[in-house]
Amino acid sequence: MKVTLQNLTKIFPSRDKKSGKEVVAVNDFTFEIPDGKLIGLLGPSGCGKSTTLYMISGLQKPTAGRIFFGDDDVTELSTENRGIGLVFQNYALYPHMSVKQNILFPLQNLKGKDKMTKNEMLERAYEAARLVQIDELMDRKPSELSGGQQQRVAIARALVKMPRVLLLDEPLSNLDARLRLQTREEIRRIQKETGITTVFVTHDQEEAMSISDMIVVMKLGVVQQIGKPQEVYDNPTNLFVAKFLGTPPINVFNGNITGGKLYIGEEAVMDVPGVEDQAVTVGIRPEGFELADDGKLTCNLSNVEVMGRDVSVVSTNDASVNPVIRSIINADNKIDLSQTTVRFNLKPHKVFIFNAETEERLYVEVK
Amino acid sequence: MVDNKQQWKAWLYLSPAIVLLLVFTVWPIFNTVRMSLLENYSGLKAAGGAVFEFGFGNFEKVVQYKRFKECLTNTVLLCVLTVPISTLLALLIAVTLNSIKPLQKLLQTIFFLPYVTNSIAIGMVFAAMFNIIGLRPDGINADTWGIINNVIQFFGGKPVNWINQGSQYWANMTVMVVYIVWNALPFKILVLLGGLQSINKQYYDAAKVDGTSRRRVFSRITVPLLSPMLAYVIITGFIGGFKEYTSIVGIFGETMGPPDAANRLNTMVGFIYDALSSNSQGRASAAALILFAIILAVTLFNNMVIKKHTHY
Repeated sequence: MKVTLQNLTKIFPSRDKKSGKEVVAVNDFTFEIPDGKLIGLLGPSGCGKSTTLYMISGLQKPTAGRIFFGDDDVTELSTENRGIGLVFQNYALYPHMSVKQNILFPLQNLKGKDKMTKNEMLERAYEAARLVQIDELMDRKPSELSGGQQQRVAIARALVKMPRVLLLDEPLSNLDARLRLQTREEIRRIQKETGITTVFVTHDQEEAMSISDMIVVMKLGVVQQIGKPQEVYDNPTNLFVAKFLGTPPINVFNGNITGGKLYIGEEAVMDVPGVEDQAVTVGIRPEGFELADDGKLTCNLSNVEVMGRDVSVVSTNDASVNPVIRSIINADNKIDLSQTTVRFNLKPHKVFIFNAETEERLYVEVK
Repeated sequence: MVDNKQQWKAWLYLSPAIVLLLVFTVWPIFNTVRMSLLENYSGLKAAGGAVFEFGFGNFEKVVQYKRFKECLTNTVLLCVLTVPISTLLALLIAVTLNSIKPLQKLLQTIFFLPYVTNSIAIGMVFAAMFNIIGLRPDGINADTWGIINNVIQFFGGKPVNWINQGSQYWANMTVMVVYIVWNALPFKILVLLGGLQSINKQYYDAAKVDGTSRRRVFSRITVPLLSPMLAYVIITGFIGGFKEYTSIVGIFGETMGPPDAANRLNTMVGFIYDALSSNSQGRASAAALILFAIILAVTLFNNMVIKKHTHY
């Protein structure tokens, strides 16, 4: 099911009556979610990603704009008639019901022609349980399950009525690191197997990038960039997106363009032919550094962190916005820790130049 | 754990409470058992130096009393009628209160008022409301009705003699049930409302996504999640019901019934008081222990049922 968001806007009235300032949680969001894809809504807290999800679910009404499932306008349709499955951040499993009862619950609500016999319901429940691999746990209570298992039950409960769209609110935030890795693979597998259009919300960029077909990066209610994870990573539209994606995060420098050359501090590190002189902000991905004795960028070496295949070179530079610069270098490169400075050449496609004021990307040729 | 050397300090600090408990709780309980097992024990005779034999005579006598059976019947009847009615009503009111936003605080306060009002005073007001005899506006004839009968008449019904001379047992009982239920509501509403407000709203969102009907949300989600509070309210309701006494006094006075049928509405606690005031502490103790056994049995039974149906 294709889901279309058209100029979707949500404004919350001010809680503080005196100031009367309303909060724009989502501002003019237009996006077509292709059928059968996994979409990650990504952004820091308060960016409107959850609000967007809840508007798609129907639990919150948009202030303006429309939502379409396929060609049906569902904007005015109530939650239960939209045919969505929703997995809550803390799962919201009914604590007094067994796993089986939890999964059966949505089916027992069906009325009229959709009404099912007991056996049909059980069959469907077990089918959903098998899909998420919890069919062994059907008689347990939620409190007797681990976080990961609860998560699966919640997904089974959302899937059992065969929703047109599956929505997941921070699906992995309550799991420990190892389970998170496992579960995100699991979500990917379940989504692929069912082919249900799935939207999930997360503040963890790694999580979003690893399993999404497309990611939507949001900030303060405004969509910053939409695209395939790799594309967004390789080609951020502004400094916010560049900073938000990637671990370790991108290194940011204050720079200058003078006479067709990009300066960081006193050093001309790149050629930017034909660009007019201006102050800029430069973002360099950690993997964009190459050690070279005659490197163009000189930094003060502080430390080398061994990561196995790679090493992370920690250094400082007066022009750096962050306290330290982290560069990921192949471990084959031997670094002499006794030296005080380290010199880098930069890979052009890992260097992004932004307008210093607006922080928007300057699409210029970097050589 | 407290250091062994410091333990005497702990005991020292606890001692005032322990002494008070020993004197006013532990000893009386022990003494009740002792008195109940001494044949025909009477405090007055004991003070005169009489010696009592050990035996179960007090219990036998108490059980054989016709009045004891009446008191027990009244008590059980009041419990069985008032606890379910008040719990159900409190649940409905709490759920309704919880679902409205404007004036919620005000209504909460209004519903809580009976709790802070003296129950004898409330009883007197109820007695006036259910009264059949009052003064006419001319102040001479004494045959007007209380407000309840006025309402009944307004709707074309026949006035009922609720509590006065010549009234029927069922009418008396109805008044008591209405009064006790009304009096029991505030506490129950308060507890249940607290319980409702602590239920995670996401369960309701989840139910909404699944298209659950309101009735099913109530029966399958609200009530089960409220069950610990309901259990608490029901158990304390039964315990309170078995100790019912002041409400009868509030409405009927110490005659414990209409003027022509004194003691008709007497309860277990009333029976114990009567035995005490006639200087039969042995029988009073026996009756108290019987009441204790009944409350214990009912509570254990409640617990058993509740454990099966309660989710914590």
